Amino acid sequence: MLRFVLSRLVQSLVVLLTIAALTFFLTRAAPGGPFAREKNASPDIIEQIKESYGLNDSAVVQFGNYLKGIVLHGDFGPSYKLEGRWVSDLIADSLPVSMQLGLSALVIALLLGVPIGILAAVKKNTPLDYLPMSLAMSGICLPTFVMGPLLSLFLGLKLGWFHAAGWYDSSDAVLPSLTLGLYYAAYIARMTRGGMLEILSQDFIRTARAKGVPETLVILRHSLKGGLVPVVAFLGPALAGMVTGSFVIENIFQIPGLGTHFIQSAANRDYLLSCGAAIVYGALLVFMNLVVDILQATLNPRLRLTE
Amino acid sequence: MSDSTAKEGGTSLWLDAWLRLRRNKLAVACLGVLVFIALLCWVGPWFTGWTETLQDRDLGAQGPSWAHWMGTDYLGRDLMTRVFFGGRISLAVGLLATLVSLVIGVTYGAVAGYAGGRVDAAMMRLVDILYGLPFIIFVILIIVTVEPLLASIAVKHPAWSFLGSPQAKLGILFLVIGAFEWLTMARIVRAQVMSLKKQEFIEAARSLGLSRSRIIFRHLIPNVLGPVIVYTTLTVPSNMLLEAVLSFLGLGVQPPFSSWGILILEGARQMEALPWLLIFPALFFSLTLFSLNFLGDGLRDALDPKSSKD
Repeated sequence: MLRFVLSRLVQSLVVLLTIAALTFFLTRAAPGGPFAREKNASPDIIEQIKESYGLNDSAVVQFGNYLKGIVLHGDFGPSYKLEGRWVSDLIADSLPVSMQLGLSALVIALLLGVPIGILAAVKKNTPLDYLPMSLAMSGICLPTFVMGPLLSLFLGLKLGWFHAAGWYDSSDAVLPSLTLGLYYAAYIARMTRGGMLEILSQDFIRTARAKGVPETLVILRHSLKGGLVPVVAFLGPALAGMVTGSFVIENIFQIPGLGTHFIQSAANRDYLLSCGAAIVYGALLVFMNLVVDILQATLNPRLRLTE
Repeated sequence: MSDSTAKEGGTSLWLDAWLRLRRNKLAVACLGVLVFIALLCWVGPWFTGWTETLQDRDLGAQGPSWAHWMGTDYLGRDLMTRVFFGGRISLAVGLLATLVSLVIGVTYGAVAGYAGGRVDAAMMRLVDILYGLPFIIFVILIIVTVEPLLASIAVKHPAWSFLGSPQAKLGILFLVIGAFEWLTMARIVRAQVMSLKKQEFIEAARSLGLSRSRIIFRHLIPNVLGPVIVYTTLTVPSNMLLEAVLSFLGLGVQPPFSSWGILILEGARQMEALPWLLIFPALFFSLTLFSLNFLGDGLRDALDPKSSKD
């Protein structure tokens, strides 16, 4: 197990470095640059700005300095567009907001999706299976950017239970987390049902039932662990998808999270901010994937042997 | 059905699949809905009596009426016409980007499955890693990098001026989206190729002295094609979704084109006063995704009975 964790750790570092290099060189390939819009600045001034930001060094030297700054001082450099702000400060302000959003969405997705999926699998081909599964299917087909405005319209504007948008008090987290969580709850319900059905049809379950194990125990003790394997495997892609979702959700509900910064910086060509945000997202997901991998190896020992 | 099996009263894989699919009422209904929506978007704009940009400024924003079945926006443009035009782009993105995904995914999966061993392990580990990464970040970075790059080439070299056109931007969008949705396809094809190359019926076909091309075209391809068709059907909605997300964020389809994603964005901004602007595009978009997903599920049950979960 230790070897498994170590090899995954090394691999994660390589992935992270690749992400950093890709984003860094990609953002620098674009023509124009961050100061292209300041038309009335003289070439001398632009030259001076470039010099002070170290933009005249070769790209590889810049990348080396950039990495050194991150690793040694946690310094992602200055933002080119938001004058006087540092990327690390912007990230430190916005990341907790996005994390809170993502984690509450994940909790909602698991708490709703797993029990519904188990219920549908146990009551296969009954109304208790069809109804939740059709709902889940519609949930998947109602993307976050439709669901978000609808929830905001009905629960926010019409019923007045929540603010329609904004990030002022704790209740403002409800609608965004719900929008994101419901979408993944639908997926997880379908995956749980599929996984449980596969396990429930196996011989050892028949043996357990024949032995007279109560049905509740058959489900909770004998099937759940195996049935949840596909769900755990889905968590990696789901977390990556939640990043996409958070871009949309933060846009709809005007939340000052990392997604908002990333989208704005990409549109403004604020290189270092895009780069910093992408690296932080990458690090977060690589770490979460590591956790998911270890969790998977614990649930399914066969996976460990393939390493 | 000109081969011997049909004469003996058996059914080909495809006829069998079609019969199974036809029994699945929901999948057939979804197929019908999809054909209907595609037809509407294709020929509909000629029959609405309005054009995409025609403005009736005296009218302004009006709810659905006999003249404008889905209402108009604040510029007095007919929403139904705009939904059909937007649908053309959304469906085109779905189909063309999926073609890109298909080519990459099938090639990658087939190479990995055929090579096996270490090459396969390395290639599939890469897929695992890519699965967990936020693709959209790279999609966005590539779009904001490549578009100005091509535009600057277009300015410098008149012969390449088409690179700066809105059509070229749309083309980049197709390519970039398609280039990121091939992972599942690669996994499926690899698994298929790996299990097929070891199976007895291939060995049997070989020992019967069938030619290699006959083995490939009559025995291998039909068996890989089933799952490929299923996942192609399922890739279309995810590509459409990605396009809509990018357009919603202002980074996807650009004017003069529009898409369902853009119409939904415009509708969401004015949903309190003019809810029909959100409801109709969202309805068309969701109905299309719903139908594609159910059709994909139906096709899976029809073409790959082993994987059916019931």
